[in-house]
Amino acid sequence: MSYNLKEEMQKEGRFLGGHRMCAGCGSPIAVRTILRALNPEDHAVVCSATSCLEVSTFMYPYTSWKESFIHNAFENAAATISGVETAYNALKKRGKIDETWKFIAFGGDGGTYDIGFQSLSGAMERGHDMVYVCYDNEAYMNTGIQRSSSTPHFADTTTTPAGTVVPGKMQQKKDLTKIMVAHGIPYVAQTTFMGNFKDISEKAHKAIYTPGAAFLNVMAPCPRGWRYPSEKLMEVTKAAVDTCVWPLFEVVEGKYTLTYKPKEKKPVEEYLKMQGRFAHMFKKGNEWMIEEAQKEVDRKWEELLKLCEM
Amino acid sequence: MGIRERLSGNEAIAYAMKQINPDVMGAFPITPSTEIPQYFSTYVDNGQVDTEFIAVESEHSAMSTCIGAQAAGARAISATSSCGLCYMTEMLYVAASDRLPITLAVSCRALSGPININNDHSDAMGVRDSGWLMLFAETNQEAYDNYLQAMRIGEAVDLPIMICQDGFITSHAIENIELVEDEKVKEFVGEWNPKHYMLKKGEPMAVGAYATPAYYIEAKRQQAQAMMDAKEVIKKVGKEFGEMTGRTYGLVENFMMDDAEEAILIIGSSAGTAKEAVKKLRAAGKKVGLVKIRSFRPFPSEEIVDALKNVKAFAAMDKDDSFNGHCGPMYAEVCASMYAAGVTAPKGINYIYGLGGRDVRVDSIEHVFAELEKIADTGVTGETYRYLEVRD
Repeated sequence: MSYNLKEEMQKEGRFLGGHRMCAGCGSPIAVRTILRALNPEDHAVVCSATSCLEVSTFMYPYTSWKESFIHNAFENAAATISGVETAYNALKKRGKIDETWKFIAFGGDGGTYDIGFQSLSGAMERGHDMVYVCYDNEAYMNTGIQRSSSTPHFADTTTTPAGTVVPGKMQQKKDLTKIMVAHGIPYVAQTTFMGNFKDISEKAHKAIYTPGAAFLNVMAPCPRGWRYPSEKLMEVTKAAVDTCVWPLFEVVEGKYTLTYKPKEKKPVEEYLKMQGRFAHMFKKGNEWMIEEAQKEVDRKWEELLKLCEM
Repeated sequence: MGIRERLSGNEAIAYAMKQINPDVMGAFPITPSTEIPQYFSTYVDNGQVDTEFIAVESEHSAMSTCIGAQAAGARAISATSSCGLCYMTEMLYVAASDRLPITLAVSCRALSGPININNDHSDAMGVRDSGWLMLFAETNQEAYDNYLQAMRIGEAVDLPIMICQDGFITSHAIENIELVEDEKVKEFVGEWNPKHYMLKKGEPMAVGAYATPAYYIEAKRQQAQAMMDAKEVIKKVGKEFGEMTGRTYGLVENFMMDDAEEAILIIGSSAGTAKEAVKKLRAAGKKVGLVKIRSFRPFPSEEIVDALKNVKAFAAMDKDDSFNGHCGPMYAEVCASMYAAGVTAPKGINYIYGLGGRDVRVDSIEHVFAELEKIADTGVTGETYRYLEVRD
């Protein structure tokens, strides 16, 4: 069945408005889109790591979640949902459940790349039938924009401030998607919001309905941390894809496929200049930073193209 | 009549688990509790139970999976020791506040550092305020019996429960044990049919909300009430268990306390050693007795006050230390109980003993009683915070 945005939007939402997430934040958009990829007759248990998403959507006595939902802690969304999935198998085996349930965990990059890394790795290795979604906004936004291992090189955060001696984060972004591929799980994909949301919707559906463990890495910008005007969200994600900073691809049973190839690969400045966190890179004398950022993007892009040809 | 066997404490716990056949076990190996998931996974792999066993990558994930599973509607269990219990501490609080009656077997062991694999109660006592019910066993038989009662107790008050025994001393030592027949266990423990759970048809449920100051304290107050209510439940279940097996359990066990003038309060396997000392001293005409605390959470304050109100002197034996500069945790709670009840005549001292598996012998306990006799005779308490048999 081919993707149709209009039809997608007709589906009943499983993540409702009225929550406290910021305007222009990518996280609730990712959640809403991914949950819409569930077949209408199926149910899901959703788990969220402690994050902006959790504290803004499930503040007692209110909730935005129409499906069963569990928040446990910051670092263990993967382990928690793996326990839920195991309970489902146990109860199904004992004839106590007849419906089909799916299991989806959401975590920010802090809860996924860093503190939740072990829990994620364990759950993926054990091969639970679940999807782990990282909504990657490249820093600890909930606590006030501290650097994570997902924060890109040179970004200005509150723990890597662009100072007179140290100009922002001095390390490169961890390649978590690749690490997840190395787990040998059946489905891994990297995506974000583009055009009619075809890419993210199709990947979400595949992730949910591929038996076994699946991982989705979704670039989900944060207007406060990245410092772009709220209404520019979709322009930022598009620029990330068109500059190849955040390529869209999937890895099915170890086979890489590029799901979108920019007609013309744009220079990295086009992405960087939209965001206040990179503003210092455009100061006179800091041209080397942009050059280095470009080199890194080029190297990784070439690497990815090779992987896709294999 | 039960089945006569010879089992180690760990084996006895695993056997109880097998008889109960819970829905989910999430576990990670750590000495000295490792054998529990090991034995249990043998039952799983040989089809003797149909529990879903998740061999997770850490104790933190073990408790996280139990939380997910129990909230989803399953009966979830785990086992751990020492640093493993520390590592799951954050999750212990969540399990209790989410009101999930998970059952955790703990083979108690000292905490690092220095690293040490032998028994004391530092691990369990370190999490005594996490909101879990906590029962301690003196023998392998008690470890087994407590485990069979655990789910009935936890599920009645919606609180998780720890079944603690002494690492190596009972976990590895093989003792004679009387097992309960499978059908009787199934009937006694019963099925777990929660009212609300995440996988319930037509009734989605949300677990683990963010509670603002407008709600947080009410959630905690309810938790406190559940802990208070658990006292009666433990007694009721212990009595019913007695009707089935002839082995009745309460919150405490008073041993030769009726006319005792000097008493010690003790937890776990050392109670067995201490009972020998009491018997020996009684034979020599000394009016001594012992209070064994079975339930540390809830804390049996009334029962303890009742047992101690007529003694001249008592010693609270802590197999752990609070490092607060003046006493261990059991002493603090015993004294608070006495003071709150207005019973201040008995002189009380505290012994920190047996840390890191230091042997506790009958004469160690006799020494404690000799000190108590001196206090009773002179009325002079002296130092209340004492370490037993330690090199200076």
